[in-house]
Amino acid sequence: MISEEQVRHVANLARLGLTDDEIEKIGGQLDAILDSIEKIRELDLADVPPTANPLDLSNVLRPDGPRPELSQEEALFQAPERVEDLFAVPRID
Amino acid sequence: MAGSHSLLDLTAHALAEEIEAGEVSAREAAEVANTRIGEVEDEINAFVTTTPGLALERAEAVDARNGGRNLWEGVPLVVKDVLSTRGVRTTCGSRILENFEPLYDASALRNFGDDLIVVGKANCDEFAMGSSTENSAYGPTRNPWDLGRVPGGSSGGSAAAVAAGEGWWALGTDTGGSVRQPAALCGIVGLKPTYGRVSRHGLIAFASSLDVVGPMTRDVRDGALLLQAIAGHDPRDSTSANVEVPDYLTNLEDGVEGLRIGVVPELMGEGIEPGVREVAERVASGLEGAGAEVGEASLPHSGYGLPAYYIIAPAEVSSNLARFDGVRYGLRVSADGVHEMYRKTREEGFGAEAKRRIMLGAYALSSGYYDAYYAQAQKVRTRIIEDFQAAFARYDVLLSPTAPTVAFEIGEKVDDPLAMYANDICAVPANLAGIPAISVPGGLSEGLPVGVQLMSDHFTEPTLLRAARATEQVADFRYQMKP
Repeated sequence: MISEEQVRHVANLARLGLTDDEIEKIGGQLDAILDSIEKIRELDLADVPPTANPLDLSNVLRPDGPRPELSQEEALFQAPERVEDLFAVPRID
Repeated sequence: MAGSHSLLDLTAHALAEEIEAGEVSAREAAEVANTRIGEVEDEINAFVTTTPGLALERAEAVDARNGGRNLWEGVPLVVKDVLSTRGVRTTCGSRILENFEPLYDASALRNFGDDLIVVGKANCDEFAMGSSTENSAYGPTRNPWDLGRVPGGSSGGSAAAVAAGEGWWALGTDTGGSVRQPAALCGIVGLKPTYGRVSRHGLIAFASSLDVVGPMTRDVRDGALLLQAIAGHDPRDSTSANVEVPDYLTNLEDGVEGLRIGVVPELMGEGIEPGVREVAERVASGLEGAGAEVGEASLPHSGYGLPAYYIIAPAEVSSNLARFDGVRYGLRVSADGVHEMYRKTREEGFGAEAKRRIMLGAYALSSGYYDAYYAQAQKVRTRIIEDFQAAFARYDVLLSPTAPTVAFEIGEKVDDPLAMYANDICAVPANLAGIPAISVPGGLSEGLPVGVQLMSDHFTEPTLLRAARATEQVADFRYQMKP
């Protein structure tokens, strides 16, 4: 069982605001989902290597040269709030 | 309704050929699509945004550029609203991106050139998370076969648009069945290419190790042509495959004589509706009659696919959706401090399923649970890949149903995540292994379409498409525009 405190902790890690109703509902749903997922723990996979990418890629590199990218104006044009050439945010707490 | 020789009766490749031959203009095609959308969209809600004016303008530009055009360029395209389109808002079915306007087209669209004829952005589950298109901030899409039922998801808008003739073909994305399952439920063809075959650059990420862009079409030949248009290496996506793109149309009609096809018993049993299983069995018999060697191909770990998927995908989501923080674009809800701004923005911007997946993923990755869940799921993924390797040593193509049921009713599963997730049981193994898979309509059950899924090894789309074309020929189903 996931406690309400754990749900609040994870929501905080994810920077996700949740109402008290949502906390309760999501807690119950996470319990049910995790119950159904438990079965993967019955497999003994101690010696099995993990797969992070199905094509088994590693260290894909490109030439590190300058190239045209977004202009500052383009990058900023959808900013919810800007101050001159910067993204503006509320007080950092 | 259009006349007897309606452009809406044509497949995309037939329309492309008429445009190429100068029999029809791209502008006429765009007009026909716009008109059809105007007629049925109130009932279907396949689109978040329609772009009739832009479609006409771009179609005229394509017409003016005759000579040196790719065959596919004149046929208007429906684009799922998770693929970035320059100058056309791209919402991902989410409130948090309600007014987001990308600065460039997704790389998958680049072979359509600057004049991509987009008729609209198709509705989908929020950030492509769902199996019914009910998790959209822009209302559910209805299944053109039965307006009380879901079209599947997450690419439900794309599937419904093609089924309703609101365009000839569409792009969807498939992370755990999101192209194939809605294609199955709407009676069209849905192709998930090999992971990395199509660039993800400009596709707003859901689960980066699983996501792939795929064609949703009226028939298999249309799917092959659209794959031709979108496949290829892209330096802007480091996971895109630097593998030559073959001609997907050349061997399409070669048939299944001598092809080894393995029916997957684990995906034919428990949880699969009898009517769905019967269609899959009938198609397998039909392929045998057409000359294929049909046997049984076990995937012993496929029962662990769904739980592994529902750890890996949410874990990647919790990371990928961290970028929606109200700072650089999208919704911002004001607050005194920056942390409260993040929390409020995400609380108001995300819907219930997105929140659920973020929470599940953040939990599975959090300290103390990482090894038990995420690391274990990655190892299950290795086992599933090994299962496929063993199966492909004996068979060229594997066969199963695409989805366990026909289209279900709107509202039936939306508050029951486990019932909803069970829709993906046949689809997720191919995503975990990164192999290509396709859903082809196999027939009807209860008067609704049933999809048959074919899977093959990495980068063997030509074989997969050939088998899919033969499946289409033995199936008791022809595309019909609904409603």
